[in-house]
Amino acid sequence: MITKKQLTHLKQLEAESIHILREVAAEFTNPVMMYSVGKDSSVMLHLALKAFAPSKLPFPLLHIDTTWKFKEMIEFRDQRVKDLGFDLVVHSNPEGLEMNISPFEHGSKVHTDIMKTQGLKQALNTGGYDAIIGGARRDEEKSRAKERIFSFRDKHHRWDPKNQRPELWNIYNTAIQKGESVRVFPISNWTELDIWQYIYLEEIPIPSLYFAQEHDVVEYEGTKIMVDDDRMPEKLRKTAKKEMVRFRTLGCYPLTGAISSTATTLPEIIKEMLLSTSSEREGRVIDKDQEGAMELKKIEGYF
Amino acid sequence: MDIINYLKEHENKDMLRFLTCGSVDDGKSTLIGRMLYDSKMIFDDQLAAAESESKKYGTTGEKIDMALLVDGLQSEREQGITIDVAYRFFATENRKFIIADTPGHEQYTRNMVTGASTADVAIILIDARKGILTQTRRHSFIVNLLGIEHVIVAINKMDLVDFSEDVFNEIKQAYTELADELGIKNTYYLPVSALDGDNVVDQSAHTPWYTGLPLLGLLDSMDISKEPKEEDFRFPVQYVNRPNLDFRGFCGTIAAGSVKVGDEITVLPSGKSTKVKSIINAGDITEDNRNVTTTEAFAPTAITITTEDEIDISRGDMLVHTKNMPSVSNNLKVMLVWMDENPMQIEKVYDIKRATSIVSGSFEHINYKVDINTYKRKQVNSLGLNDIASCRMVLTRPIAADSYSDNRLTGSFIVIDRITNNTVGAGMIVGVSRRNTEAISKKYTAAEKELNTYIRKYFPEWDCKAI
Repeated sequence: MITKKQLTHLKQLEAESIHILREVAAEFTNPVMMYSVGKDSSVMLHLALKAFAPSKLPFPLLHIDTTWKFKEMIEFRDQRVKDLGFDLVVHSNPEGLEMNISPFEHGSKVHTDIMKTQGLKQALNTGGYDAIIGGARRDEEKSRAKERIFSFRDKHHRWDPKNQRPELWNIYNTAIQKGESVRVFPISNWTELDIWQYIYLEEIPIPSLYFAQEHDVVEYEGTKIMVDDDRMPEKLRKTAKKEMVRFRTLGCYPLTGAISSTATTLPEIIKEMLLSTSSEREGRVIDKDQEGAMELKKIEGYF
Repeated sequence: MDIINYLKEHENKDMLRFLTCGSVDDGKSTLIGRMLYDSKMIFDDQLAAAESESKKYGTTGEKIDMALLVDGLQSEREQGITIDVAYRFFATENRKFIIADTPGHEQYTRNMVTGASTADVAIILIDARKGILTQTRRHSFIVNLLGIEHVIVAINKMDLVDFSEDVFNEIKQAYTELADELGIKNTYYLPVSALDGDNVVDQSAHTPWYTGLPLLGLLDSMDISKEPKEEDFRFPVQYVNRPNLDFRGFCGTIAAGSVKVGDEITVLPSGKSTKVKSIINAGDITEDNRNVTTTEAFAPTAITITTEDEIDISRGDMLVHTKNMPSVSNNLKVMLVWMDENPMQIEKVYDIKRATSIVSGSFEHINYKVDINTYKRKQVNSLGLNDIASCRMVLTRPIAADSYSDNRLTGSFIVIDRITNNTVGAGMIVGVSRRNTEAISKKYTAAEKELNTYIRKYFPEWDCKAI
């Protein structure tokens, strides 16, 4: 029987990601999947459920909680654990907590370094994970475009962009020494549009912050940020105005820019995205710190 | 357009992966930057960043340097060269595209091989002022070696030759001969100026004599489907899923062909047979129903198979239809691309990862090395970085072996150094070697070893096996 059988591009991407996830489970002894509660994490969790059904996930999820995430993200996270029954590890940098690190007081650079990068390193060292699955996509940022799907990290979690292992076909080199690790990016080849389209088609739950709602927002360092709690300096809080906004990415609320929007459904979000003239990372304060900022952060061990 | 209809359309797109070959001077990054920019894939903030960087590193004077939109790493931007494979994405009405952007210089051959390994189509850039160069021959060889069947020859910088039809035709004629020499199946020719966008997205007013589609239109509409033939079912077992005693599923991605419930299958290399009891298409699984099954699945779907009989199946095995089996051997003729600074050592034991199996093995003999610029064959005793050679590979265990030309996913492998863990080579199975040797256990004296080395060095035509 000869018939023309083809998969749509989303089905091809889905199959590729599932292949990658299974490869991790088969080849590593102690893998972990980063879970940031955002839309990309939601897609990854969904793909992992598919990859290992009818079993439960063969690895835990890890959330680096900087304690400055939107409140709703934490509620959403805990609800997902209840609904789906996976193992979740939450880590916050205890030294950072001691120092009371605040993005408002110490700035985005210090906050991100201590609460995110250092916090991540601590969690990875404590867990002794040999494979860390992340949700980064190659279309997000220029230095990501060159990163491998299985990206080698030395004992200090550092990435050497000039010395990456060649990666051919769908054959991934998973060989490492003790103490070294591999960051794995199963959705490398997805674009922002693919992610939204897939969420829409598969009806994947995501936090409501992605949809336009009335929120209290203030202007802060050139971006519009939401008043999520009273840790925001009072002077700033006083300038808050109610506006219809939504978020294109989710992270620490003082570092995540909102955009004015009326999109309350997925098709409306996708439509807005298609008409948008700015990339999704524009709302992230950290990328603009310095030129080549992401490349430097990645060399240091940031995701 | 109505967004719901738009989504419906986008949902049904297919995917095309292509490779761009050329060096810095050919305007490759400029061409990609142009495609992304003109197809509205570049956002304002990215453009603003490129604009400010153009002033710092740019090579285009007042115009925005399109290359800066795509040259990813800071070190590359400073040097103005592309040194690694970068992947780019854009979509048109019909297709989603993945571009593998690779460097063109000879010292980056391995990067180009990497980019070519997953591409369906290659764009080879030729500078209209220079015509076919050594690098064009090199790029074409690699493209053909990696099994890319469609080659678009983009004759660039047409603005610098006054959009001359004669120049275009001369280059086209010369390349046609080259393609015939290599056996490249489908070629397409385009006159372009990446810098100004002629024939990239829109038809150029400067080339009225060119009646074909612009580059984007061609990529969007070209037929890359393989000739219809009955494909053999190939299923490399990736992962054994065993949540409880009642369920033992074999997970993997179908590499070729299709499979139905009830099909007679054989496990290779063991040769044991059974029947397919059930198939789970991973894509069908939902949060609410994690037990959905299907009756049939085809490549490249990710599935889980259960079998009628409890036979021994593990990761690295290959499930195939009993009626249509590949040959099984530990002695293979392969084309090898060496990718490491440390030369390949005959007899040294490497790990060979093919699909999901990892088997140790060694290269016992180099049949010949190919000069990728002249295509001449040479007798050599070792392989260095970027060398491409025909070798005999002997594995410590037999595997089900398809030739790369029959199946890209089961006919390809990577070579891993057991000490450094680096990927040091990549290879393609050409066929099963006639001499079907088992791994050697005999001990040789120092004098015998020397004699063997002497013969292999001075009488390569004897095809003497290494001991």
